[in-house]
Amino acid sequence: MTALTRSFRLKLKRRGPAADAGTSIEVAHPEAIGALEQAPVEIGPNDPLLAYFQSASEAVDIDALELDSPALRELKEAGVKLAIPLVSQGELIGVLNLGPRLSEQDYSSDDRRLLEKLAGQAAPALRVAQLVREQKAEAATRQRFEQELEVARLIQQNFLPRELPDLPGWQIAAYYRPAREVGGDFYDVIPLPDGRVAFVVGDVTDKGVPAALVMSATRSVLRASAGRLIEPGVVLERVNDHLCPDMPEKMFVTCLYGVLNPATGHLRFANAGHDLPYVKTATGVVELRARGMPLGLMPGMAYEEKEAVLEPGDSVLLHSDGIVEAHDPQRGMFGFPRLKETMARGAGGQELIDRVLGDLEAFTGPDAEQEDDITMVTLERSGGQTRMSGSSNGTVLADFDLPSAPGNERQAMELVERAVAGIGLQATRLERLKTAVAEATMNAMEHGNEYRSDRPVSIRVLRSPDRLRVQVTDRGDAGELAEAEEPDLEAKLEGRQKPRGWGLFLIEKMVDEARVTAERGGRTVELVLRLEGGRDDGE
Amino acid sequence: MTASELQAEVRERDGVPVIDLTGDVDAQAERALNDAYARATAAGTDAVVLNFERADYINSTGIALIVGLLAQARTSGIEVKAYGLSDHYREIFEITRLADFMTITDKE
Repeated sequence: MTALTRSFRLKLKRRGPAADAGTSIEVAHPEAIGALEQAPVEIGPNDPLLAYFQSASEAVDIDALELDSPALRELKEAGVKLAIPLVSQGELIGVLNLGPRLSEQDYSSDDRRLLEKLAGQAAPALRVAQLVREQKAEAATRQRFEQELEVARLIQQNFLPRELPDLPGWQIAAYYRPAREVGGDFYDVIPLPDGRVAFVVGDVTDKGVPAALVMSATRSVLRASAGRLIEPGVVLERVNDHLCPDMPEKMFVTCLYGVLNPATGHLRFANAGHDLPYVKTATGVVELRARGMPLGLMPGMAYEEKEAVLEPGDSVLLHSDGIVEAHDPQRGMFGFPRLKETMARGAGGQELIDRVLGDLEAFTGPDAEQEDDITMVTLERSGGQTRMSGSSNGTVLADFDLPSAPGNERQAMELVERAVAGIGLQATRLERLKTAVAEATMNAMEHGNEYRSDRPVSIRVLRSPDRLRVQVTDRGDAGELAEAEEPDLEAKLEGRQKPRGWGLFLIEKMVDEARVTAERGGRTVELVLRLEGGRDDGE
Repeated sequence: MTASELQAEVRERDGVPVIDLTGDVDAQAERALNDAYARATAAGTDAVVLNFERADYINSTGIALIVGLLAQARTSGIEVKAYGLSDHYREIFEITRLADFMTITDKE
């Protein structure tokens, strides 16, 4: 196919393989040879000669050929008598052109056979040489692209704030990791003239270079507007109107824009279709909601403005969809509830960013390719009581999800065994813990999750100086576990009780403490083994 | 540690049928276990021996299966013996009182 669209440069050489017999006027004339060698004949892609050569299986007598072909006319004018097409794997890659024999006799059938044999060997060799040359050219092009992309990456990095403002009483942290060299996510922290600070997180549809170009335009317009305007809704309105005329089709930008008054804790914000930020207060984690269309879709849009007050100890997480839309190996999504739960589990600021990244890696697996850009900005107001801080809660030894499928409790046993390997549990205690984990996981998969593929079991292993805790959580809405009937073997053997119903009984016997807590959307069985100074305290 | 479906082979030793259990005694083991028990007792016997030497995982559903098997045996007056349990599963047989209704030994 490529042969049909490629124009061929055919070198004409009067001195063919038959140039052994004596001399001729033309060959003896160096100027004539030079002129011919420098005048290649082009065969146009629609020239019938191309198709003819491609299908010819033997040497072609040029004088005898009748075709309405400009290239054929040129060949005849140049004195070519015999043409041997060089075909490799069905593709015409060149033509061997011969002028008249120096003896002025016609080419014999022996000559033709020899030439055809030569062409048969030369064609593949020529093809290999062509491929090598093409690959070298491609490699050079690729290298140039890579260099340009690296420069683009550096330019884009310079668009992100080099340092975050130091606000007394506040901790600000940010994280940005594009999925490719350049990305469509961005964030900005802009100190405003009156002491307030603007926070921005945005996400351009798509990834890579197109997204990066739109991202840089958006960021520039935002910076310009932020300097002159204070009201977040008005800023987004202005940016939207600026972006609309030049936005490529099917692209848009989601963006959250908030202005913090560090003295009072007032955070005014507006949202152009971006993922809702979370705020963690003494009463729990909630979303900050404000309505608005993404930027660049339609001019003249209005953006709702809302306000939240951050008390000492409260923290905010602005994020992009690269976190909640990350997948685990079973194609389950990380999702908003999990992110919310991660936020609820501990402090804000840099600690929160680290915790999200840790949970994300545990979810996707350590070697997973990052699917989308990931961006986070956190702000935390210092002071207040520390709730459920990492230290009082213990060190997380493992935190993983398992799909609800029969037999998966074996994986739970193995993963928990690995997680507690460093504690030095006695063999008996380890076996008991594993049985308790297996039974709790089976309960969660069967009764809580009803073996549904969209309901994984979450298992977390925590260690504090005096306790090892394994929390097994389902996604069911069964509420509290019904008070299980104490299994009575005699009654079972006589048929007065069903043979089953040993799970909870075993769990309770296998560990030092077992607790069941039910929350909306999930029930947790917590298995506790007492430790002494972080080591096993078994009998 | 990967799951392996239970294989239950029946052989005879000194005129007593022995069921050799290999793999996991869990929900998937029901058919293999019940079929083996039926084969072992088909010709009429006073006792059946369960060999747990190569049963490396027994869960609560597996215990329920053994309870069912014990109930059958009691009805037909067959004594159930077991051997080859690890210390851990022997403890579980004691906690669940299965050990009170079957003779448990270390070796065959």
